Amino acid sequence: MAILVIAEHNNGALGAATLNTVAAAQKIGGDIAVLVAGQNVGGVAEAAAKIAGVSKVLVADNAAYAHQLPENVAPLIAALVKDSGGSGYSHVLAAATTNGKNFLPRVAALLDVDQISEIIEVVSADTFKRPIYAGNAIATVQSSAAVKVITVRGTGFDAVAAEGGSAAVEAVSGPADAGKSAFVGEELAKSDRPELTAAKIVVSGGRGMGNGDNFKILYALADKLGAAVGASRAAVDAGFVPNDMQVGQTGKIVAPQLYVAVGISGAIQHLAGMKDSKVIVAINKDEEAPIFQVADYGLVADLFEAVPELEKAV
Amino acid sequence: MKVLVAVKRVVDYNVKVRVKADNSGVDLANVKMSMNPFCEIAVEEAVRLKEKGVATEIVAVSVGPTAAQEQLRTALALGADRAILVESNDELNSLAVAKALKAIVDKEQPQLVILGKQAIDSDNNQTGQMLAALTGYAQGTFASKVEVAGDKVNVTREIDGGLQTVALNLPAIVTTDLRLNEPRYASLPNIMKAKKKPLDVVTPDALGVSTASTVKTVKVEAPAARSAGIKVKSVAELVEKLKNEAKVI
Repeated sequence: MAILVIAEHNNGALGAATLNTVAAAQKIGGDIAVLVAGQNVGGVAEAAAKIAGVSKVLVADNAAYAHQLPENVAPLIAALVKDSGGSGYSHVLAAATTNGKNFLPRVAALLDVDQISEIIEVVSADTFKRPIYAGNAIATVQSSAAVKVITVRGTGFDAVAAEGGSAAVEAVSGPADAGKSAFVGEELAKSDRPELTAAKIVVSGGRGMGNGDNFKILYALADKLGAAVGASRAAVDAGFVPNDMQVGQTGKIVAPQLYVAVGISGAIQHLAGMKDSKVIVAINKDEEAPIFQVADYGLVADLFEAVPELEKAV
Repeated sequence: MKVLVAVKRVVDYNVKVRVKADNSGVDLANVKMSMNPFCEIAVEEAVRLKEKGVATEIVAVSVGPTAAQEQLRTALALGADRAILVESNDELNSLAVAKALKAIVDKEQPQLVILGKQAIDSDNNQTGQMLAALTGYAQGTFASKVEVAGDKVNVTREIDGGLQTVALNLPAIVTTDLRLNEPRYASLPNIMKAKKKPLDVVTPDALGVSTASTVKTVKVEAPAARSAGIKVKSVAELVEKLKNEAKVI
C-alpha cells in the first residue's frame, strides 16, 4: 500500500498541519510519499524530506501551482494517482485546512470516487471516524473505493516529528496552467501569537466582550500564557475581530490543552470547534450559559474584572 | 446571465440532534427541517445579482426527497424564478449530488452556479468542488465577496490566514461562506406568489445519473460526553486548579 500526502505550505514554509496528516497516514500504514506542489518550493521539499516516516518527497515546481489553485493542482494530483497504476496509491490525504478542503474534493471527483472529509480516527485502512452534525454525532464510515481520498482533521492526530527522516526528493511534472482561474491577491492577518489551530492554549472572546477594543484584555492574558486568541462567530459578525479568528463549525477547529472561553454563551456551532480541548475554562456572568455544561472549570463573574485579575495571577 | 443555485433540506441548525439507540444514524423523525444556512446565503447572493441587473434568471435546484419541495418553495419566495427537484429518497453522497447537478448544468447552461460551502448535517464541504471538477469550470470556494466583471467573476475567499482574491473565467462555480451576505426573510405575499412559480420534478434515472456510492456508514455514535466540571468561586481558586489539578499552566 502506498499513501500520497499533499503537503500544506505557503511556498516558503511547510505547514504544521502536514505533520498531523502524516501521522494519520502512519495509522493507515504503508509507504508514505509527500507531494509538494508550488513555486520555488525547494526549501519546503527539504523540510518535508526530514519528516519522520516519509519515504519519498515529490516536488512539482511550476508557476501554475504557485497559489495552489485547484483548477491546476487537482489535475496534477489526479494524474499522479492514475499514473501510479495498479500498484499505486491506495490513499490520498490532505489536511482539512481551507486549502485541503478546496482542492481535494476536486481530485476525488476527477478520480470518480467519494471523499471522506475530516477524519478524526483511523479504524482500519478502509474505515474511519468523522464528526457529523457539528460534532454532535460521530460516524464510522467504510470505503470500498480503489483510491481513498481523505481530508484529516489535525486535532485528531498527534503530529509526527518534523526531524529525523531522510526521504529521497524526486521532481515530478504535471498538466500546465488550465487557464481557468488566476490569483489576484491576498490580505493576510498579521499576528505574533501562536497559530490558532496549533496553540497549546487558546483564549477566546465572544459577544460579551462588548467591542473590539476590549479584546486587548484578552491579548494581554494570551501574551502572558503564550496563547493564541480566538473568537466566537458573534464576535466576528459584530466586527470585533477578523474572521480568521473564528472558532467553530464554520471557522477553525481547535483542541488545545487549555481553552478559555470569555463572554461566550456556548452555541452548538461554537462548541463544534473547541469541545475536544483537554481543559475548558468558562468565564461568563450568566450562570445559565450552555458553555458551563462543557467547562471543566467555570467562573461566574464579570469578565472585565475577572480577566485582568487572572492576567495578574498567572 | 442565468444563475443556478443549489439548496439542501437539512435539520434546522437550532435543533440538538440525538443519535438513534441502534446507532444507525441520527433521529430525524418529527424534527424541524429547514434550508441549509449556507444555501440561504447562496440564494440571497443570486437574488442580489438579479437586483443589480447582472443575473436575468435564477433557477433553484435541490437533490433530495419529495419534501425538499418545501425548501425549493422557500427559494422561490426569496426570489428564484423557477425550481427543479431531482427526487431521490436515498441518502446521497456528495459525488452523487454533484453528478445530478452536473446533468442539470448541462441542460440549463448557467453562467454561474452558487452553492453553500457545506451542509450542516454531513459537514462534508465537497459538492461545489466536485461539481466544478465534473463540469471543468473554475471554482471560487468559501466566498465572502462575488463581483461579476465581463466574462470573469472576482471572488474573495476566506482562507486560514485571512482573505484571498481569485479571478475565475465564466462559467464558474462559487460556494458561499457565512460572511458573504445577510439572507432576507420571505414575505407572506412572496410566499403566496411562490406557490404559482414552476417547480419541475425529475429523477436521477431520467437524468442518466448513477447514485451508487463507494462509502457506507457503518454506525453513528454520540460523541464521548465530557465529565461534569465544577464552578470555582474566585480567580485565585481558578488559577490554583489550573496549576495544581489540571496542570495546564
